[in-house]
Amino acid sequence: MYATTYHRPGSVAEAATLIGANPEAKVLAGGQTLLPTMKQHLAAPSDLVDIRRIPGMAGVSAAGGVLTIGAATAHADVARNADVLRHAPALACLAAGIGDPAVRHMGTIGGSVANNDPAADYPSAVLALNATVVTNRREIAADAYFKGMFTTALEEGEIITAIRVTPPKRAGYAKFANPASRYALVGVFVAETASGVRVAVTGAGANGVFRHKGLEAALAASFTPEAVDGVKISAEGLLSDIHAAADYRAHLIGVMARRAVAAA
Amino acid sequence: MAQVSMTVNGKAVKRSVPDTTLLSEFLREHLRLTGTHVGCDTSQCGACVVHVDGRAVKSCTMLAAGADGASVVTIEGLAKDGALHPMQTAFNDNHGLQCGFCTPGMIMSGVDMVARYKAEGRELTEAAIRHELEGNICRCTGYHNIVKSIQDAAARM
Ligand code: FES
Ligand code: FES
Repeated sequence: MYATTYHRPGSVAEAATLIGANPEAKVLAGGQTLLPTMKQHLAAPSDLVDIRRIPGMAGVSAAGGVLTIGAATAHADVARNADVLRHAPALACLAAGIGDPAVRHMGTIGGSVANNDPAADYPSAVLALNATVVTNRREIAADAYFKGMFTTALEEGEIITAIRVTPPKRAGYAKFANPASRYALVGVFVAETASGVRVAVTGAGANGVFRHKGLEAALAASFTPEAVDGVKISAEGLLSDIHAAADYRAHLIGVMARRAVAAA
Repeated sequence: MAQVSMTVNGKAVKRSVPDTTLLSEFLREHLRLTGTHVGCDTSQCGACVVHVDGRAVKSCTMLAAGADGASVVTIEGLAKDGALHPMQTAFNDNHGLQCGFCTPGMIMSGVDMVARYKAEGRELTEAAIRHELEGNICRCTGYHNIVKSIQDAAARM
């Protein structure tokens, strides 16, 4: 790891000031991706701004029937939170399947959403649930947030403080995990929300998480596993790598969509 | 340099270390607690698992500075007054190890999963143990006796 300076600010404002003052600074949210990346010399932030213990950054509230999940809430805490289990059990189930138990104790929802790894689980939930990404500056709708692999609408120095989710009527998530890394080779999150049926696919897109309009239309007509069968899923724009070819991923999207609907 | 204070196995420790020091390095090289092993250094093998504020984490994927103020328990902290922890006894009784390299992490993960399942009132089945061990890799045993050890310990804890 290249030299870096560690900071533990006591407030979001202090964190923002630190990041503003150090253009090469990075937010450390759980570090389960950032620290390994730094060890491999693929990232070399001048400063690390640890936001995990900022008061109020971790925890879930269900005030007004809307779930507000603090950015520093660990996956394990989302997985077993009573409000998440009640209002969006699919999200709890997704969180329970990220990485392994030790990783789930450190990794955070805000970190995952900020990183937008093309094979991460959370981006699919945020997009399918039409969630809102709350930052220290504004609120960003999921449709405007994800901008492609490892790219988001976040500006320099902008820090995610929470993810806000209006509970869906029903939702489900299914992933085909890479047997070695446990990242999603393909993950599909389906949700029946107030704004209609939304289907988001992670792991498969050459440009990161995306919505599948064909599946959305079919499930809007009939929210059943069988409805998936009639949908043609194109391999165009999907990833091909040593783990899976694009046409195999396309096939898996159908299989995972069916399972996700069955689980919803 | 970061000024790091924490409680390790019940004892207060304080060191000044480079900001890039991993918790695993801090434990092994600064405190000479070499029971915590580093197998991969890439978050995969789980040999480095310790408890930070009561939760199992991979100490190779956490900065020592990030654990400032925390209470850390390592494999060295499990035995009490010379008596092995039930998880350690169970690994011994069930031949839950061969070379022993993965064992500190297996035991720390085992203790963590038993405590979590007990707290939540869930049954720690054999299938659940295997699933829970996803982040702990053993090159020797083929896992069967590790699973048996944890099952046995769960009944004693
Ligand atoms: S050494 Fe930490 S997971 Fe392998
Ligand atoms: S006993 Fe040798 S690696 Fe597990």
